[in-house]
Amino acid sequence: MILIGEKINGMFKVIGKAVTEWDPKPIQDMAKQQEAAGAHYLDINTGPKAEDQVKTLKWMAEVVQEVTDLPLCLDCTNLDAIEEALKILKRPGMINSCKCEQAEIDRLFPLAVEHKAAVIGLCMNNKGVPKSADDRAAFAMELVANADAYGLPFEDLYLDPIALPVNVAQEHAVEVLEAIRQIKTLSNPAPRTVVGLSNVSQRTPHRAIINRTFAVMAMAVGLDSAILDVLDEPMVDAIATARLIMNKDIYCDSYQKVFRQHSI
Amino acid sequence: MALQIIKERNTGKINTVTLGATKANGGTRTSVITIGGDTALPFLQFEGEFPNKPVIAMEVQSRVPDQWNEVVKQPFADVLADPAAWAKKCVEKYGAQLIYLKLSGADPDLENQTAEQCVKIVKDVLAAVGVPLIVVGCGNDEKDNQVMPLVAEAASGENLLLGVAGKDNYKSIVAAAIVHHHNVIALTPCDINICKQLNILVTELGLGQEHIVVDPGAGALGYGIEYTYSILERERLGALQGDKMLSTPIIASVGYEAWRAKEANAPESEFPSFGNQEERGILWEAMTATALLQGGIHLIVMRHPEAIKLVQKNIAELMAPQEF
Repeated sequence: MILIGEKINGMFKVIGKAVTEWDPKPIQDMAKQQEAAGAHYLDINTGPKAEDQVKTLKWMAEVVQEVTDLPLCLDCTNLDAIEEALKILKRPGMINSCKCEQAEIDRLFPLAVEHKAAVIGLCMNNKGVPKSADDRAAFAMELVANADAYGLPFEDLYLDPIALPVNVAQEHAVEVLEAIRQIKTLSNPAPRTVVGLSNVSQRTPHRAIINRTFAVMAMAVGLDSAILDVLDEPMVDAIATARLIMNKDIYCDSYQKVFRQHSI
Repeated sequence: MALQIIKERNTGKINTVTLGATKANGGTRTSVITIGGDTALPFLQFEGEFPNKPVIAMEVQSRVPDQWNEVVKQPFADVLADPAAWAKKCVEKYGAQLIYLKLSGADPDLENQTAEQCVKIVKDVLAAVGVPLIVVGCGNDEKDNQVMPLVAEAASGENLLLGVAGKDNYKSIVAAAIVHHHNVIALTPCDINICKQLNILVTELGLGQEHIVVDPGAGALGYGIEYTYSILERERLGALQGDKMLSTPIIASVGYEAWRAKEANAPESEFPSFGNQEERGILWEAMTATALLQGGIHLIVMRHPEAIKLVQKNIAELMAPQEF
């Protein structure tokens, strides 16, 4: 299970302030905290307040790389910003994200191949998120076909079936689970799967338990990675435990601790 | 269409461990050994890197091993009573790159050699040969806890591989290794869960992962080797998936295991259908080693020079660059 730490995001107050003031310290502290908690990638998002996303994303990537060797997940809707930041990554990173729109694919997939980066492919297009698992899988198939055409290794394609908040779109969660199961059968080797986990619990008063429960249920049907709050210790414990139950990691009394030391 | 070989992409790798230290690094060895670094399943060179080949350590004991089969004793008949001369013969006559010295004479039920006597034996062996050394205790926890810290201190800087740390008795040997800059064998008889836990306990005491070699308690051919193989396989798969506590190189006591099998020792007179005992015993040791090599072991402790020759040939074949 690949954990993508979500905390370096301008949407969070401390990081938002650091971004507007060009203060690297809070960003670097958050990077170190997430690394210690077991993150394998660090998501980097400028947030909405950054005036110049191209400059800001690159700067954030630079300051984070000063304190950690973890690969970065460049989370931005501005494709120029992603392209510029990819050039300065020390380790191959991840592009977050690419909708199932041919123009976006034609721009981002070659970039990913050039920089050996992974791509998060969203199972949606400009018209929005589909309702059913089948429609999600259809988008996934289109992204897989494009990966094949562009020579992007299937293991570098992370397909996100788009989890929606359970309090307003309850019927989606079960479709997402079914879509994950289907996506894992689309190619050999299979593409990877990813979800933005915290999305499931948006605006509910029970965020932690909803996120944790969804995480282990999704793992059981083939979830390979998630963008999540790695500082949520019981969450990481639950994920480590799910891996044991699925016989993916070998049990030992300190398995929760060992899981946090896994490399990817 | 050209055949496309599907390759596993592994994220983890086996740790590298270096044994021995030359003068430049604070020791007196004339050579060092590095093991590990593999990034794929054993010998699948098309999928990964194998920077270091498996190494055979020749076994020397600190007492005359009366219980050994005559066939194994015969090549060393002139030196069995002198560990330093024995080690020297292993290196000079049989080309050993590494010596495994078992302080069996310290056993309270046998010669009960004192810690000081053990230290002298280790020093004599160090003086007699230039290759790196593995030194293990007699197997009596209480006695080993007296002996091994003194051995570690006396050989400070030599970067020995010391054994053994077990689940219930690891603190004193690990502490001695940390203070005097040695490596440690962590032994867990055929239990991968405890093996993983022991690695955590040892690293939590402060010994780096690059100083640990695991002994999974291998069984000999015909005596549970397939179980050992499955443990080695699970361990390797875990390591390649990034589980750091399963990424240690592996050592196996092949000579000890193989030469206690009935099939290696039974005289032809009693079991005519078994055939020539000398040849059979040597093959038993060699086959045990080659089977475990396939499972992915890095250090092989062996006894008979003829068996060693066979296994060296096998290692050379396995490590030859592959075509695709």
